[in-house]
Amino acid sequence: MPAILALAIDAQTVAAALFYLFAGIAGASALGVVLSRNIVRTAVCLLFTLVGVAGLYFLLEAEFLAAVQLVIYVGGTLILIIFGVMLTSKSPFSHFEPKAGEVVVAIAACAVLFSAMIMAIRSADFRPQSLDTTQKYPVVALGQALLGDYLVPFELASVVLLVVMIGAAYLAKGRKRDDKRAVARGAATLSQKARQWS
Amino acid sequence: MELILPIATNPIIGLNHYLVLAAFIFVCGLLSMMLKRNAIGILMGVELILNAANINLVAFNRFAHAYSPDQRPMLDGQIFAIFVIVLAAAEAAVALAIFLNYYNNFNTIDVERAQTLKG
Repeated sequence: MPAILALAIDAQTVAAALFYLFAGIAGASALGVVLSRNIVRTAVCLLFTLVGVAGLYFLLEAEFLAAVQLVIYVGGTLILIIFGVMLTSKSPFSHFEPKAGEVVVAIAACAVLFSAMIMAIRSADFRPQSLDTTQKYPVVALGQALLGDYLVPFELASVVLLVVMIGAAYLAKGRKRDDKRAVARGAATLSQKARQWS
Repeated sequence: MELILPIATNPIIGLNHYLVLAAFIFVCGLLSMMLKRNAIGILMGVELILNAANINLVAFNRFAHAYSPDQRPMLDGQIFAIFVIVLAAAEAAVALAIFLNYYNNFNTIDVERAQTLKG
């Protein structure tokens, strides 16, 4: 059956091309996150990394995970980070340079770590299994696993999310009244000092 | 380069390709954690590292642990990845709340300026 063989080779080539496309997007913009000095550009690079990783999840036949990545990471976490950028920088172009010595040490340490990981990956034998492409709707199995074997972690995650939401709201807003009181106290001491000096 | 090339020239995409990519993204995240002085840049480095770990989890699930010993399909790696995404969202929310507090107290987001406890 040469026709089917050719089709299979084509599918493999397409999968390889798609992998290199998404891996290129993710890797290049991950590098951009490191190299960019502007925090807004860093956020945009992170956006492209997350989208590239979502594409890789599609290639790994984890469609639900890819959708979750796009909805929660790109639509939620990244928007949160961008709000943080907007709330914490007076001008969006404020940047802080690291010291040259720190850069050298960090790059050396990361180069050693990366080469060690590459060597470990190349020398390890992970015993890959034959692939199953007949499973039609893995999302069904995913839902059954989440509400079956993983029910307790699933419920715990919802409790964690609730606690985090309350805690974040408290942390971000709770200090305002104290601040006003502190400012009022500071102004009172300043005016006292001014009276003493005059 | 010599170490990576044999993987790059192999036409069939396997587990090692994903592992190398995840290692690269992990190192990028570690570098930006070490080099950024903007607290939100450090948070972005953490997100990169979590994504690298997620790629590893899903790739191992797909290529090396797709079946349990009794030949049932397993999705453990994907479920771990979902929990990682959920907890990353929670972590980002708390971290940003802390950074907003820090910004209110110090009027900057530069982590080098947080030295009130420095002896």
